[in-house]
Amino acid sequence: MDAHAYDALVIGAGISGMQAALDLAEKGYQVLVVERQASIGGTMAKLDKTFPTNDCAICITAPKMVELARHPNITLLTSAQVERVAGSVGHFEVTIWRQTTYVDPEKCTGCGDCARACPVEVADTFNGRLSRRKAIYLQFPQAVPAVYTIDYAQCTGCGACDRACGPGAISFLRRSQPLTVTVGSIVVATGFEVLEPTELRREYGYGRFANVLTALQYERLMAASGPTDGHVTRPSDGQAPRSIAWIQCVGSRSTQGGHPYCSKICCMYATKEALITREHAPDTATTIFYMDLRAYGKDFQQYYRRAADHGVRYVRSRPASVSENADQSLMLEYEDTLTGKVASETFDLLVLSTAVVPPPENRRLAQALGIAVDEHGFFVARDALRAPLHATREGIFLAGGAQGPNDIPDCVAQASGAAGLAAIPLSQRQRTAEPVPPAERDVAAEAPRTGVFVCSCGKNIGGFVDVEAVTASARALPEVAFAEACTFACSEDAQRKIRGAIEANGLNRVVVAACSPITHGPVFQQTCAEVGLNAGLFEMANIRNQCSWVHSSEPGPATTKAADLVRMAVARASYVKSLPVQTIEVTPGCLVIGGGAAGMTAAITLAEMGIEVVLVERETVLGGKLNLLGKLAPNDLPASTFREHLVHEVQRRPQIKVFTGTEVGEVSGHVGNFQVTLDGGLGEAITQVQVGTIIVATGFREVDLRGRYGYGDDPRIITQLELERHLRDGTLGKPRSVVMINCAGSLDAANPSCCRIGCSVAVKNARLVHQAAPGTQVFLLYQDLRVYGKGQEEAFTQMLAEVAPQRIRYDAERPPQVSLEHGRIMVTVYDTLLRDELEVEADLVVLTAALRGDGETPRLKQMLKVGANAQDFYHEAHAKIRPLDFTTEGIYLCGGDHYPRSIPDTLAQAAGAASRAAIPLLRGRVKVEPIVAEVEAARCSGCGLCVPHCPYGAMRLDPERGVLVIEEVLCKGCGTCVAACPSGALQQRGFADAQVLAMIETAWEGALV
Amino acid sequence: MSEPFEPKIVGLLCSWCAYAGADTAGVSRVQYPPNLRIVRVMCSGRVDPLFVARAFEHGADGVLVAGCHPGDCHYLSGNNYAEERFAKFAQLLDFFGLDQRRFKLAWVSGSEGARFAAIVAEMTEELRALGPLELKVQ
Repeated sequence: MDAHAYDALVIGAGISGMQAALDLAEKGYQVLVVERQASIGGTMAKLDKTFPTNDCAICITAPKMVELARHPNITLLTSAQVERVAGSVGHFEVTIWRQTTYVDPEKCTGCGDCARACPVEVADTFNGRLSRRKAIYLQFPQAVPAVYTIDYAQCTGCGACDRACGPGAISFLRRSQPLTVTVGSIVVATGFEVLEPTELRREYGYGRFANVLTALQYERLMAASGPTDGHVTRPSDGQAPRSIAWIQCVGSRSTQGGHPYCSKICCMYATKEALITREHAPDTATTIFYMDLRAYGKDFQQYYRRAADHGVRYVRSRPASVSENADQSLMLEYEDTLTGKVASETFDLLVLSTAVVPPPENRRLAQALGIAVDEHGFFVARDALRAPLHATREGIFLAGGAQGPNDIPDCVAQASGAAGLAAIPLSQRQRTAEPVPPAERDVAAEAPRTGVFVCSCGKNIGGFVDVEAVTASARALPEVAFAEACTFACSEDAQRKIRGAIEANGLNRVVVAACSPITHGPVFQQTCAEVGLNAGLFEMANIRNQCSWVHSSEPGPATTKAADLVRMAVARASYVKSLPVQTIEVTPGCLVIGGGAAGMTAAITLAEMGIEVVLVERETVLGGKLNLLGKLAPNDLPASTFREHLVHEVQRRPQIKVFTGTEVGEVSGHVGNFQVTLDGGLGEAITQVQVGTIIVATGFREVDLRGRYGYGDDPRIITQLELERHLRDGTLGKPRSVVMINCAGSLDAANPSCCRIGCSVAVKNARLVHQAAPGTQVFLLYQDLRVYGKGQEEAFTQMLAEVAPQRIRYDAERPPQVSLEHGRIMVTVYDTLLRDELEVEADLVVLTAALRGDGETPRLKQMLKVGANAQDFYHEAHAKIRPLDFTTEGIYLCGGDHYPRSIPDTLAQAAGAASRAAIPLLRGRVKVEPIVAEVEAARCSGCGLCVPHCPYGAMRLDPERGVLVIEEVLCKGCGTCVAACPSGALQQRGFADAQVLAMIETAWEGALV
Repeated sequence: MSEPFEPKIVGLLCSWCAYAGADTAGVSRVQYPPNLRIVRVMCSGRVDPLFVARAFEHGADGVLVAGCHPGDCHYLSGNNYAEERFAKFAQLLDFFGLDQRRFKLAWVSGSEGARFAAIVAEMTEELRALGPLELKVQ
């Protein structure tokens, strides 16, 4: 068998795999995606909402799923797994086993007639076994591909589905097959699973008591598309629970009780679940039993406070056991570790935040790929600090849950990073050029000749709507030159008929009355394009989702409505015009602002992809924070060693032009063509550069604590950054007692945020202090210990054993006081666990200071037209799925300027930002949105009312002509400005007033009723 | 015996959330009254009050404008402008003697199929009670 050649292979198609695949495909590489499940989407598709923005998870996942399935450079294999990988980077030979699903994906229309006919009911694993599905099924309504699958283990082979299938898609003769392909690089993104606590932590009653669920099951209960349509009810009796409890760390953070690591996401999803539960049913009592509340991401702490303010109760404790009452409610025994009281309490429903665990499949896959997993089964990086995304075999990269617990934005950042690194071995390959659009007929001068195709979608439409009557009423409309009914409009056979009808009848508009334009519009637009009709000349009437499926018991009104929708679409079609597809040429090269670990890594990654980089650093030397730090977690590598390594890698690459001691002066232009002024300072040259994209990597800083905690009053009261310098230079001396105060300037009214890295820094430095001055007593004053990142929980446990610090938990209400008495530093603190005030004499006080974005952010954000928050951290385009992009296209961010993060996370983000920034540069052209706003200059009064309505800065007033000018490349096509225009000078292409009004005015006038 | 009054409703739905929510109602087979005719726009911010006025003028007894929940706008802030605009517009309806209940602005996410159906059902019921608009345009 000939091996098909692809450029890259992505294993797993959850949010990480999808992002990696899209990033590679957008660069012009041919990507093969292999997914074990029948649908792509992964865990994210199962979630209800996402923290801390409460975005609907499937609403932001589904567009990525559709984009992936449609991408011309992506080949998707579902129900498939990788068996063997031979060869080496640049030329891997991969053997894939493709499991048959007994359904022909080319013929299946996703109508669901088969599932209705199937007599076998089984537990629905997608819904956490809380509902039932058939043996032939679609995983979930938005599944991609939208192809039914036979669960062969459950199928009785009765053939009912086969008889019910209109298009004849089912064949029990289809066999599973091996497939061999070659690829240049591989991204592993196999995701994670959650522990089912039937063995470990069985004291909580999961599997024994009906009303004990895992948090993932609870997500399905909350989901609008879940087993209860989003109504939270108890599995035992279907009643709404009056009280719900969450137990955190079930199987996490315990060597004896499961897994030693922190699962990272549970504190926040439990908070989200409790908060949203109360939003839906405000009378529900919600309690979260936690160990440390790890709300350490961007805006997480505020989200947690908001939940607490909305009545979510938090109890610091470790519940001991759960028993079931007669009414199947649950009795929880626990000790409140803040009050010391032992209590028992009854809840109607219990949710367990169980450990994030690797898929058992990882070990087999690791063997097939020849890469290493850790003792738990997560894939491990070649170098946890310096190469966090490189697997242990050259040319294989890791992203997302496959290598440990990660939240969605970290998964997406790692996925982009892995894609950037996976593009490096491909840099010499020929990339797929932009497809040349087929020649178009110019129909502007022609009177409308509309063709209407009415789909019966098997029985989906035809079973409830009189398709022939709808077709006949369409045929009677004056603009309609051709109308025909078809069984499955989306089938390949029907596409041929549509193309034939367009050519035979000289049609210049096409209306398909079938399903949703969101899912199927592009299919028909492609068909029209193949015979020279522009996408703008196509229109859809959604008579399935809006008629037959929702008016199933009213065939008469459903038919009338379908005819009305077709008439509206035909009316609109008469006003539509071709939508020109415009592209602009991209200036090669990327500007990277900031020469720290993030900026240098981004620059190196870009250069490795063959891209020219301008790297600008304000200081006179490269290195950023690496110039200030001592040793780095997790392996105590001296920061200076790492800095030298990165600087060397930058300097040896001719593609990178470095400007040190230089600031960015002015920025103008847009994606593809930015003009930037670089200012070398007084008396130095001013340089103009032109680049296609920009990466912002300006890092973070400690807040100025002068006047608080005695900082500035005595040289023995310092910050962690100053301690790092002492440790680096060996100037620590021999302090007898060191008091570290975490959250100095954080978690208070002035700065409610958690700095994210402070606890990990304190843990690392406590150990380094102990090593430098072995007799020192270390006091660690903290609120919650929020160590974050892979291996950090283990490092924390190890530090406790080695250093034996005295841990003192304080409350934000009563922060520690630092005072100087006759040259002695005294720290007084109220210990909330001992419930006593303590006084400690310190030879050294180390403040884990709050962190904020760079001081230049207010100036830079103006120039770049991007946003930042009150702490000067930049606003990414989307908190979950676009963590590395700005809303301004062509500008990207990474590292601590987004939010403080560990070095491995910074490097992952930097590679990711490089991947994102490389896309327009490698494509060479950027597309302009076709449905942009346009201005009729003669009607524009220059009032400027529209300008503030544009969130993308695409509009400005031309002061000379006194009219509005639209930068089309910046416009995203929302049309908000158009509705704001008082003079009718603005219109939106594809949604012009005339086009929208044509539908509105024919909706009821001329109606049959 | 005369037929019971069936209100005529025009719905102007943003493509990303409300229209997707209507699609989800379909996929989930949630039933609702067949009194609504949907017009898709990219963003609720595109909906010109003129569109609503024209709908009333051309036979609608009620108009529904629906977009993404606040904070969820695909275009960042279009729904905020829609909200501002239609708060003022609703007051104008009073001025023209149109019952404000004939116009509804709602937020529906792409997964809220059942919610979308409930909104349409509720609005249909309310308009049934209000009776036909019988707008006379000079």
